[in-house]
Amino acid sequence: MANVKLRGIRKSYGKTEVIKGVDIDIKDGEFVVFVGPSGCGKSTLLRMIAGLEDITDGTLEIDGTRVNDLEPSKRGIAMVFQTYAIFPHMTVRENVAFGLTINKMKKAEKDAKVDDAARILQMEHLMDRRPSELSGGQRQRVAIGRAIVRDPKVFLFDEPLSNLDAALRMDMRMEIGKLHQDLGASMIYVTHDQVEAMTLADKIVVLKDGLVMQAGAPMELYHEPANLFVAGFLGAPSMNFLKVTVDEIGGDWVQVSSDALASVKVPNKGRAFTFGQTATLGIRPQYLTAAPDGQGMLNGKVILTERLGSETVVNLAVADGTTLIAAIAEDAVLVPGDDMAWTFDPAVAHAFPEVS
Amino acid sequence: MASKLTTSNRAGWAFALPGFGLILLFIVIPFFFAFYLSLTNQRLVSPNPTEYVGFSNYEKLLSISVLTIEPEVDTAGVVLRDDAGEAQYPRVRSFTRNNPDFPQYDGMREWFRWHWGGTAKVVVATDVVFWKSLRNTLMFVLVVAPVQAALALGLALLVNQKLRGINIYRAIYFMPVVVSIVVVSLLFRFIYDGNDGLLNNILSFLTFGLFEGRDWLGSPDTALGAIKAMSIWQAVGFHMVIWLSGLQTISPTLYEASSIEGASKWQTFRYVTWPGLRNTAVLVIIVITMQAFALFAQIDVMTNGGPLDSTTTLVFQAVERGYGKQDISGAAAISVVLFLIVLSISMLQRYITRAR
Ligand SMILES: Nc1ncnc2c1ncn2[C@@H]1O[C@H](COP(=O)(O)OP(=O)(O)O)[C@@H](O)[C@H]1O
Ligand SMILES: [Mg+2]
Repeated sequence: MANVKLRGIRKSYGKTEVIKGVDIDIKDGEFVVFVGPSGCGKSTLLRMIAGLEDITDGTLEIDGTRVNDLEPSKRGIAMVFQTYAIFPHMTVRENVAFGLTINKMKKAEKDAKVDDAARILQMEHLMDRRPSELSGGQRQRVAIGRAIVRDPKVFLFDEPLSNLDAALRMDMRMEIGKLHQDLGASMIYVTHDQVEAMTLADKIVVLKDGLVMQAGAPMELYHEPANLFVAGFLGAPSMNFLKVTVDEIGGDWVQVSSDALASVKVPNKGRAFTFGQTATLGIRPQYLTAAPDGQGMLNGKVILTERLGSETVVNLAVADGTTLIAAIAEDAVLVPGDDMAWTFDPAVAHAFPEVS
Repeated sequence: MASKLTTSNRAGWAFALPGFGLILLFIVIPFFFAFYLSLTNQRLVSPNPTEYVGFSNYEKLLSISVLTIEPEVDTAGVVLRDDAGEAQYPRVRSFTRNNPDFPQYDGMREWFRWHWGGTAKVVVATDVVFWKSLRNTLMFVLVVAPVQAALALGLALLVNQKLRGINIYRAIYFMPVVVSIVVVSLLFRFIYDGNDGLLNNILSFLTFGLFEGRDWLGSPDTALGAIKAMSIWQAVGFHMVIWLSGLQTISPTLYEASSIEGASKWQTFRYVTWPGLRNTAVLVIIVITMQAFALFAQIDVMTNGGPLDSTTTLVFQAVERGYGKQDISGAAAISVVLFLIVLSISMLQRYITRAR
């Protein structure tokens, strides 16, 4: 177990800079998820921590020691790859024991460790098989087993579930969560899937174009997104954005309106606005509800409803041509074509000075 | 891509037809034709009608025996010795020429002999040149196949690195492959020349004149070795490229996984690279073996089988007899024997390297 500290980390491939100065702190035993769209540099960042990529600039510390120039094997990390990276010609047992074999551990000790990992991952019955006889989920388990036996200070996962089908992904997600509870080790987990990030993380780091957009606890990021990007990235269905004009600015609020939206006062969360500027209003689909008569804040025409069981997702067309999404109670019956009034609590809406 | 072209059986056969046709015309039919000819007394040009002779061509080719000869003794029963004290043996001719006591040796000639327990064991064969060519061919294969395969793998590992300008090295090593073997053989005749050859000059320069120079192709001790060395050099680039393609099918993440586990260079080769090259190895070994068995051009250009038949090979003998001596049926018999040898060796190699 260990803490990891990134300070001013940068990475360039030739002239293109892909990581542009990143500071992150990972506490002992913390589960940190790097999340962001494809190509934002999550893998690169993780691979720099692992030692598979050189660090162009900045400092990487594990347990207070600068490890920038240390071999991957000396950093006390273990890594699980998206493509499993298990050795096709070895049995499961040999795969899991690989690192121990290479470091010439005694057989008895090695077997004990491997059996322990097999028990934790419930794959005792698979130990003599070859990878070609395993399903995707089982292969990933082998890769995790190989990581466990090393007793690493930090586990690194690079999109470990992306190659699995949806149902399996959910199971494995829970298992990884449980593994973290059982082992209590620090884990860094990379994914482009915000659901994985929300469910697993103690702390989420949202990345975009090689920069940290926001870092914090999942619910903190969900409720208090620092910017438009984070607001749109986390939460499912994702947050609705309306283009609005700033009409009035107060101490901790800002009043906005648009062709589609009646004037509304929302908290400004310390963000600076200028009078008359175009801004963005964000409303989570869960907070958008059908309005009682005469109290609507905007009109939306139902164009599509999707019943998910627990809730119904409604696509609405509003006056300025935007499509909004409302997630409403499962028993509400809406007919496509209905023109309805909708409302929301301004206190939970977000105003951003940027426009997407 | 489920167009009619890719799904229809007829289209498939149509695409395969030119290939099948050529293989049939130039390999299958000639093989059966050769087999037929080997059972006759066909000559290249002959006024007499062709006759069916059964397996007599094979008998002539393959009959071989060990003749045990007692030393000559004087009337007292004492072994006769020459001035150097060597025992005197009766001449082999006395057994193989019109000797009614040994009809089975009739017409045979000595290939080689060894002394054992006071007697001489003489290996006699009807067609000594054939046996010499078989031995030369086997010696060639036994040296060239492993050495060339290993050397090619070594080069492939070297040029598989990510270095600036590595393609220049790949090209350099591949270059001899592009040059016709006939041209290479002609060049090496000069290099190996006994009077003022390049090799003699280099060796004499490197040893400050101590090396006196020799006629590499003119001595039975060095001729085949010189041809082996040249042949290995000429085709090593081709097999390097095959190894290289095999190396590039190995997933880079496997190397990353093993570097995280702390594998040394040798361990990485042993546990990742070599197992990943299994199929390539089978291919390379079989291809080299077949090419080595077909050794002809070098012999034809450089030595014509000499000196003293020390470089004659099966294919060279087949051509020499068929077109030089106009003995088409004898040449066909050699071809069939060669085919059977190559076939059984390939099947043996496939069996040894089969997937387990
Ligand atoms: N070896 C490389 N050479 C050049 N560019 C690279 C290399 N590896 C990654 N990149 C670039 O760096 C960026 C980040 O890549 P990556 O970290 O793999 O993204 P992510 O894992 O977030 O999808 C991408 O734009 C990618 O094209
Ligand atoms: Mg990635």
